[in-house]
Amino acid sequence: MAEIRNFTMNFGPQHPSAHGVLRLVLEMEGEVIIKSDPHIGLLHRATEKLAESKPYNQSIGYMDRLDYVSMMCNEHAYVMAIEKLLQVTPPLRAQYIRSMFDEITRILNHLLWLGSHAIDIGAMSVFLYAFREREELIDCYEAVSGSRMHATYYRPGGVKSDLPDNMPQYQASRWRNKKELKKLNANRQGSLLDFIWDFTERFPKHIDEYETLLTDNRIWKQRTVGIGVVTPERALQLGFSGPMLRGSGIAWDLRRKQAYAAYEYLNFDIPVGLNGDCYDRYLVRIEELRQSNHIIRQCVDWLKQNPGPVNINDHKIVPPRRVEMKESMESLIHHFKLFTEGYCIPEGECYAAVEHPKGEFAIYLISDGANKPYRLKIRAPSFNHLASLDEMTKGHMLADLVAVLSSQDIVFGEVDR
Amino acid sequence: MMNELITLIIILLKIVLIAIPLILFIAYLTYFERKIIGYMQSRIGPNRVGIYGLAQPFADILKLISKEIIIPSTSNRYLFIIAPLLALAPSLVAWSVIPFSQGKVLANINAGLLFIFAISSLSVYGILIAGWASNSKYALLGAMRSAAQTISYEIAMGFAFVGVLMASGSMNLQDIVLKQQGGVFHWFFLPLFPLFFVYWICAVAETNRAPFDVAEGESEIVAGFHVEYSGMGFALFFLAEYANMILVSTIIALFFLGGWLSPFENIPYIGVLFSWVPGFFWLFAKTSIFLFLLIWMRATFPRYRYDQIMRLGWKILIPITIVWIIVLGLAVQLKLPPWFS
Repeated sequence: MAEIRNFTMNFGPQHPSAHGVLRLVLEMEGEVIIKSDPHIGLLHRATEKLAESKPYNQSIGYMDRLDYVSMMCNEHAYVMAIEKLLQVTPPLRAQYIRSMFDEITRILNHLLWLGSHAIDIGAMSVFLYAFREREELIDCYEAVSGSRMHATYYRPGGVKSDLPDNMPQYQASRWRNKKELKKLNANRQGSLLDFIWDFTERFPKHIDEYETLLTDNRIWKQRTVGIGVVTPERALQLGFSGPMLRGSGIAWDLRRKQAYAAYEYLNFDIPVGLNGDCYDRYLVRIEELRQSNHIIRQCVDWLKQNPGPVNINDHKIVPPRRVEMKESMESLIHHFKLFTEGYCIPEGECYAAVEHPKGEFAIYLISDGANKPYRLKIRAPSFNHLASLDEMTKGHMLADLVAVLSSQDIVFGEVDR
Repeated sequence: MMNELITLIIILLKIVLIAIPLILFIAYLTYFERKIIGYMQSRIGPNRVGIYGLAQPFADILKLISKEIIIPSTSNRYLFIIAPLLALAPSLVAWSVIPFSQGKVLANINAGLLFIFAISSLSVYGILIAGWASNSKYALLGAMRSAAQTISYEIAMGFAFVGVLMASGSMNLQDIVLKQQGGVFHWFFLPLFPLFFVYWICAVAETNRAPFDVAEGESEIVAGFHVEYSGMGFALFFLAEYANMILVSTIIALFFLGGWLSPFENIPYIGVLFSWVPGFFWLFAKTSIFLFLLIWMRATFPRYRYDQIMRLGWKILIPITIVWIIVLGLAVQLKLPPWFS
């Protein structure tokens, strides 16, 4: 008699909902998944090794490219690690700017997650609505750093430069008449902070829009409630963090538990789920969008009232201003040394973790006293989450696998590093 | 002999007269779908080919025709090629019994309702065969899903048709429409409201449109049954889907919304004012409403899981139709005015 074997299916790496380059080898009985085996490594770029061969300040850009939807949060962990070893603290204004951009990044990440989660479950409009809002936040990135994605804005000792006083405007073109142009530029007349404030005024309404389409939708609920359930105990054992852990009902948030940047002065709630299913994780992230909006408003308020330096006054770490370089030889030398040799960090090791939109993102840095790290270890939350995929999808159907996978909010830049 | 030849030519002309506008309508339905969904999603939609992108459908067709038809080496060649034809043919054949206006019908047969039910159920075979013949795991899953889907909505749809049959007392589509004469409140959507609703859900499921598009389930099984098709093979599936969309929208307009009858019938003054409008226009307008609804649903709803569709079909739709058929039976027996008197 012929041996009966289960259906083995190759899911990805070219698959619309593989979230990048995931390859899953699925063992299925009809549509029911018996076993799912994630094969990772297709986006491996050796970030950790690359960082070992470069001065500290030249690796910030690599951090952007880890989780390429929450760029500045990655940078934050890295610069925090360097600052910890150098034992410097950036000025409070820089801390506030970092907190604000961390939250902008959180919104960026959660919006992309929301869009792709919805499109994976079949609701395609939310995706485009989410991108409409992302556009403005990406513009904020562009205004401060000149780059829309890979900002390299956080620097050891502060941030690259203070927030700009004016926003870039839309230019006239064949496809835009004067009226449209005026409308597009209407909220760009003031400073960046005014622009962000205007965004935070409107954003809660947009979240309501997404919720109208999804939260109480019966089909949405049927597709997410009770799917991919993780108990709180199991979530801890599996090393979950971020919304995945909070979705299971554990109020763990590094912004509260080990407050960094300006979070100790900021007021926000930590949403937690009850059942640990896809729906709860969805609700947690939606609430986080609202909380982030709330935090951004507090930051904007503070930043408007408290001008000041955004960098420490130590040109061994922070490059001198361009104007000074024209006149002062010291500055020129500092600039040259900083961008060729960098700076040496005293011997030691440290672990710096931030509450990344996806979970606990951390850098473990060992210095042997040179100008390059001896070892840089990246702790990426998605890696742990993906490792639990098999457990979360066992016995579910193929369509649920897609829902679970996208509710984990995986980005392969950081899983594969 | 001569007479028969002339009749044949006239019939052929009629077929051409139906088929050509239908295919044009399909072409522009794709355009309107993209435009409407575009605006719903705060995009613009196609606007490059021709003014307002109006030549876009032709550009698409040209592209698809000029593409290579790739036949996977492990597939069953004959079935692989026949499948898209099997999908398209029923959705065109069904038009032969659709009356566009009083007396304007290709084949005025007495079992029109049965014919439509039979033919529209056939189109699923195209999908099944395509999924099986492709010899691809994704396509096979798509075919399996589509089979599961068929057995869950077809019965409810049949019961909905039974309701129409009971209300009209005829299977001839013209008679069904004429039975609804006398203004909006005489149309069958009122006495048959639950069946109207159930039929609409079944119709969406039959056309494999969102939220029941599990057979192609973009984000799960990539493109489902037609994952291996390219060029014209894919285009035929596409045509079949859109022809089916128009077909079910027309059927629901005929069965429940009084077909070509004017909504202003029997209203003093206004009814006279609109009496010059050809019946075809009203049918077209009613069909368009449902087509818009199909597109709107696609932009709004998440996708069902296929076991959930089965649950919906067996546990919700079928009981509703059975209960309503009993109610309807009583109403018909008691000659409930204004519909059954």
